[in-house]
Amino acid sequence: MRRGPSWFNLVSLTLGFAFLYLPIVLLVIWSFNASRLVTVWGGFSTRWYVALLQDSQLLDAAWVTLRIALMSATVATVLGSLAAVALVRGGRFRGRTLFSGMVYAPLVMPEVIMGLSLLLLFVAMRFDRGFWTVMLAHTTFTLSYVAVVVHSRLVTFDKSLEEAAQDLGCTPAQSFLKVTLPNIFPAVLAGWMLALTLSLDDLVIASFTSGPGATTLPMRIYSQVRLGVTPEINAVCTILIAIVATGVIIFSVAQKWSAAGVAKT
Amino acid sequence: MSRPRSRAAILPGLWLAILFAFPFLLVLRLSLSDTALAIPPYAPQIDWSRGLDGLKAFFAALDFEMYRRLGSDRLYFDAFISSLQFAAMGTVLALLVGYPMAYGMARCRPGTRNILLMLVILPFWTSFLIRVYAWVGILKPQGLLNAFLGLLHIPPVDLLYTPAAVQIGLVYSYLPFMVLPLYAALERLDQTLLEAAADLGSPPWKSFWQVTWPLSIPGVIAGCLLCFIPMVGEFVIPDLLGGPGSLMIGRSIWMEFFANRNWPFASAVAIVLLVTLIAPILLYQRQQAKALEAGR
Repeated sequence: MRRGPSWFNLVSLTLGFAFLYLPIVLLVIWSFNASRLVTVWGGFSTRWYVALLQDSQLLDAAWVTLRIALMSATVATVLGSLAAVALVRGGRFRGRTLFSGMVYAPLVMPEVIMGLSLLLLFVAMRFDRGFWTVMLAHTTFTLSYVAVVVHSRLVTFDKSLEEAAQDLGCTPAQSFLKVTLPNIFPAVLAGWMLALTLSLDDLVIASFTSGPGATTLPMRIYSQVRLGVTPEINAVCTILIAIVATGVIIFSVAQKWSAAGVAKT
Repeated sequence: MSRPRSRAAILPGLWLAILFAFPFLLVLRLSLSDTALAIPPYAPQIDWSRGLDGLKAFFAALDFEMYRRLGSDRLYFDAFISSLQFAAMGTVLALLVGYPMAYGMARCRPGTRNILLMLVILPFWTSFLIRVYAWVGILKPQGLLNAFLGLLHIPPVDLLYTPAAVQIGLVYSYLPFMVLPLYAALERLDQTLLEAAADLGSPPWKSFWQVTWPLSIPGVIAGCLLCFIPMVGEFVIPDLLGGPGSLMIGRSIWMEFFANRNWPFASAVAIVLLVTLIAPILLYQRQQAKALEAGR
């Protein structure tokens, strides 16, 4: 649609984006407010950030969360990419319908159900709940997201390039590693980042599958938030938002760079 | 391809079979046991050492008590109905807000489009919990909304811990899920069709209704399902923004589990929720499969 936006389009876009961003912007502003009240501006202050640094429980939770996220995102990326390759390049293998159902169902499965079922599994297997059970649970639900991202890139990737590589003497594994993987790599990386953020964010599944000693950051934030608005939490949220925003910007710049590089060669 | 790549399915397939599919059987099994067995709450297992007898004993122990209780307790029935209502209403509202946004985005220049697209995706990367929690500060009695209304000399409204707050939270959190498929459908729309309609004398609203809207239906369906399904089982939003009056089934499962420690009952509620959602989930999967095949 190349006619350019009308005033109606502009108004709906402005209102829509204001709705999406206002709460986030407010959180950031509140985190620098010296006053505890959200309606009173008590002057600029970093006291909530200082309070944060002294909250060792919160810092521990952040560290646990980060380790879980890094590990589960990495495993999920391997499994999810394999799943996408099987779905796009595998042909009509036996059990494909069941397999694609299992890969894509977690995307829309209510978290409460996923959490409950995983917990029952860990109890039945007599696993001690904690760090590793959360890691396994997060890998399971994030691998679907990786599969979707990689899948959508793989379908647009020209299969004849792989075939050419194999005609020139590559084994299927070699052609995958030398031709396919470099081409779908941006998607794999995007999938990894998505899995990482999903794992960092997750409250419900972590609450079900975690045990003593493995409190994640969202669980910690949740228990604080239940008690009402606390300025320290605003500061945590602002830091998280800053990290995500930086990550997304770096990622998109890097993608633009690599796209420019590909165009040049 | 000389050899099929289907062997790549083995590892993720095994993983999902063990950690995704099999646990559902456990939930089903536990939902069919009675409370007495579940204290301490361990799922009774099949005694394989006894062979066929063990299997028989296992089936004999199945008990529909939890489902009977679920059927007789108004509270859970009401929670189900109100979850469906919240989700349906939230989906419709998200469509009403999201469609004009997606439409406006599709009409921008490609450079602007990409920036706007990124702006829609960005909130999705920030914590869900955080974004819902931000609304507490806005909606609470001494919150920002009432301060704003006070400036305009409008009497304050008490929105936090009401169903209206849950509804706002649902629309807010799931809006990107609605906008993205809509935008994908609208962006692909062939401009020449609209020009042809205009050439043939169709006024813009008629072109929209007869050309744009029908062609965007796949996006509408995908967006609605993507919002509706997770909204039904939502826990964080009703828990943080809703009061005791905002019953939602995801919250009931959580309460049964963590507060009442009635695992079999929580499992029964989860199974009923899953059965309720199976039709929309299958519909969504078919839609997804079609879209992916088309993209090939």
